Amino acid sequence: MLNFILKRLGLAILVAFTVSFISFSLLFMAGDPAVALAGETASGEDIEALRKLYGFDRPMLVQYGEWLFSALRGDFGESYYFRLPVASLIAERLSVTMTLGVCGITFALLTAVPLGVAAAIRPNSIIDRVALFLSVAGQAMPSFWFGLILIVLFAIKLGWLPPSGASTPVHFIMPTIVLGYYAMPAIMRLTRAGMLDVLSSDYIRTARAKGAPEMRVLFRHALRNAIIPVVSLAAVQMGFMLGGSIVVESIFALHGAGYLAWESIARNDLPTVQALILVFSMFYIVFTFLADVLNAWLDPRMRSS
Amino acid sequence: MEKPLLSVRNLTLDIPVGGGTLHAVRGIDFDLKRGETLCIVGESGSGKSLTSLALMGLLGKTIKRSADEMSFDGTDLTRANARTMRSLRGGRMAMIFQEPMTSLNPAYTIGDQLTEALLLHKPVGKEAARARAIELLEKVGITAAASRLSQYPHQLSGGLRQRVMIAMALMCEPELIIADEPTTALDVTIQAQILRLLYDLGREMNMAMILITHDLGVVARVADKVAVMYAGELVETGSATEVFNSPSHPYTRGLLRCIPLPGKTERGSTLGTIPGIVPSLIGDVAGCAFRTRCPHATPACRGDIPRHTAEGHAFRCVHPDGKRHAEEATA
Amino acid sequence: MTQTDMTDPLLQEITGPTPGQMLRKRVFGHQGLLIGSIVVGLLLLVAIFAPLLAPHDPYAQSLMTRMNPPVFLGGSWDHPLGTDHLGRDYLSRLIYGARVSLMIGLIAALISGVIGTAMGVAAGYFGGRVDMVVTFLINVRLAMPVVLVALAVVAILGGSLQVVIMVLGFLLWDRFAVVMRASTLQVRGREYVAAARAIGASTPRVILSEIMPNIANNLIVVVTLEMAHAILLEAALSFLGLGVQPPTPSWGLMVSEGKNMMLFEPWMVLIPGAVLFVLVLAINLMGDGLRDVTAPENRS
Repeated sequence: MLNFILKRLGLAILVAFTVSFISFSLLFMAGDPAVALAGETASGEDIEALRKLYGFDRPMLVQYGEWLFSALRGDFGESYYFRLPVASLIAERLSVTMTLGVCGITFALLTAVPLGVAAAIRPNSIIDRVALFLSVAGQAMPSFWFGLILIVLFAIKLGWLPPSGASTPVHFIMPTIVLGYYAMPAIMRLTRAGMLDVLSSDYIRTARAKGAPEMRVLFRHALRNAIIPVVSLAAVQMGFMLGGSIVVESIFALHGAGYLAWESIARNDLPTVQALILVFSMFYIVFTFLADVLNAWLDPRMRSS
Repeated sequence: MEKPLLSVRNLTLDIPVGGGTLHAVRGIDFDLKRGETLCIVGESGSGKSLTSLALMGLLGKTIKRSADEMSFDGTDLTRANARTMRSLRGGRMAMIFQEPMTSLNPAYTIGDQLTEALLLHKPVGKEAARARAIELLEKVGITAAASRLSQYPHQLSGGLRQRVMIAMALMCEPELIIADEPTTALDVTIQAQILRLLYDLGREMNMAMILITHDLGVVARVADKVAVMYAGELVETGSATEVFNSPSHPYTRGLLRCIPLPGKTERGSTLGTIPGIVPSLIGDVAGCAFRTRCPHATPACRGDIPRHTAEGHAFRCVHPDGKRHAEEATA
Repeated sequence: MTQTDMTDPLLQEITGPTPGQMLRKRVFGHQGLLIGSIVVGLLLLVAIFAPLLAPHDPYAQSLMTRMNPPVFLGGSWDHPLGTDHLGRDYLSRLIYGARVSLMIGLIAALISGVIGTAMGVAAGYFGGRVDMVVTFLINVRLAMPVVLVALAVVAILGGSLQVVIMVLGFLLWDRFAVVMRASTLQVRGREYVAAARAIGASTPRVILSEIMPNIANNLIVVVTLEMAHAILLEAALSFLGLGVQPPTPSWGLMVSEGKNMMLFEPWMVLIPGAVLFVLVLAINLMGDGLRDVTAPENRS
């Protein structure tokens, strides 16, 4: 188990470094950042001065090394637009995104797992069909459109919920549903498939042969095994969701890290964009790492090896 | 006369499949007394396992079960509700399955799984259940029993797992134990040990046992009664001695010819096989199902098949002696 | 020996339908696949014959007929689905929008399909170091937030149809790589592959004539699913204003433009979004259906 964790950790770190390099070099292909920074009216000397000031005249690898070194200490440089340290900008916005992400994945799990279990218990029943319909529709639903429909319906027509902002927990209801619905189909399908598979297994028959009540068979014997892959998927989805929060945050005007990313991209604020790509990647890497460890711990076969 | 522990009359199992009904088991009758061992033999697919699952009430939801009688110690199993069945299962009737590698839940320890049935059925505490589990593990020949309790199934070999399955089935001292090919998945050397163990324990606890197998060598050693199953029907039933000494149904004789006997089977000679095609059981099944492979088949085999009974030895065939004498004459 | 009478009613059920008959039965018996294919086919026709079908020029602005409602909300038949904030015919823009969506979906899926399949097949076939590198690259790719990276790159290179297609094509190869790697691993060990190697077939030949035909069904399924994915992403990028640029008729862009009028004219958002939803739904149904039909043993 320890061996597995160390190996997995090594991979996570290697992936993190590669991602950091890609996200740094990605924005170098933009051409000369000094030109972008200076704006259209700047003269040649202005650009040259900026180039010197920011160190853009040095080799790319040197710049990357420097950037990475500061990033490791939590310093992502200064935002071109806000003229503030990128790190504090992101830190300030992250709580909204994290809240949204946690609410979203919780909503997704709370709807998807019970639905998946119910669907697996009675394949081809009404509930199975409803679950299938919800998941097929969810996979095809453009989240920005879904968000707008909710706003039209619940904020404009019915006036039950506020259309945008993040000041109260009520403001998070619609964004949570939109973001959670994005992750729900995959989790539902995996839960259903896992339960179907486990329910037809020999050890479930053994549990029934012992006279275990149906609820005990379903939850203690079956779900305990079927849930293991769902944990990994939920972590992956959580990572995707944070990255996808950019759409949801822009619709509901939630000023989180996703919204910041949108603003920074639109304003060519390279240091902020670089840092955000890295931060979102790090979340994904950390989540999947933790999920793999949790997974190994949940599965006795891996725990003891 | 002692009342049988288990009585089955006209047990029939139908499985709806695409384009019809699969008549998997048709009109099974048998009785089993306490302490008796019944062996059900037959090829794979003949409905042996389905029959045992039907007795336990463990059939899949799609399978339709009907029976004139199916009673266990006075309880009518055909009318028993889920609750009654649950209290019988694992408590008074237990089952051992053929796949030890997959029949234990990978997520729980041996101890958890062993004590589960006892804790569900009997008013005992955790400590008492643990003690009983250790006692039974020792009984089935597992060393260092106490330390096994905290192990997980994947840490045990197939033979050990099947011993655990046996111990698990015995936890509540059941009156009936059904073993569905308990040794097929194991090494040959271990097979004999496990069967011996099962047989001895059955005698010791005076359990009725149904042993499902296709190994006639095993049957000869442990069975009190034998039931030969072919394509969903019991073609021949009787005491082990009767069936082995005077096999009456052509199929039974075919099966017996397939066993090599030291000293009797000539070196280099081919073992017996039963040629022909196993019939489909989808749609109406009339007449004798063995006729597509039977050397004595006649047009009459498509009609009603009489049942010949003499002193508890019964078989179904259009020929009054199943053409036994004719075969013996040519042999 | 025994004469088996094959006319015996007991043996009638033994001979089943041929594999071809079974496949046909599965295809036509699969509602999702049928409905999905029909809808995708229709939209494909609409996209191809857009100039013939569109009642107006999708770019023609008219300040006199701005934001006319669709007929079912009291509009005129001159603009069956109304007009947008610049007076452009909504139906014509939707019809041309199908071109944009399908083109982006198809070409992006093709590009990512080539990249991902090459990587996946190489990893599955050669194993060892190649596999390690590919698996690592998949991990890296999955760690990158797609929407963010796509937005950033499109913003840098400038939003145009070509750029969006290229960016999506170079980003969405991960599922191809994962699935093709797994399928190749499965097929690699089969006897016919060993046989081809034994008779001295070259590696490219083994891959092209033994491996590829046997994993093609999985590839087609992933192509459809990634096509849907690319279409959704393009719409999201365009919605955020950093994808296809106006005045190109992209459905995502139409939703975005309609958003400002949402309070009074919700249909401007509902209609293009619904069409997008239907197209993606149909492609997914087709993909799921193809998976069910080509691999019946994987059906849940």
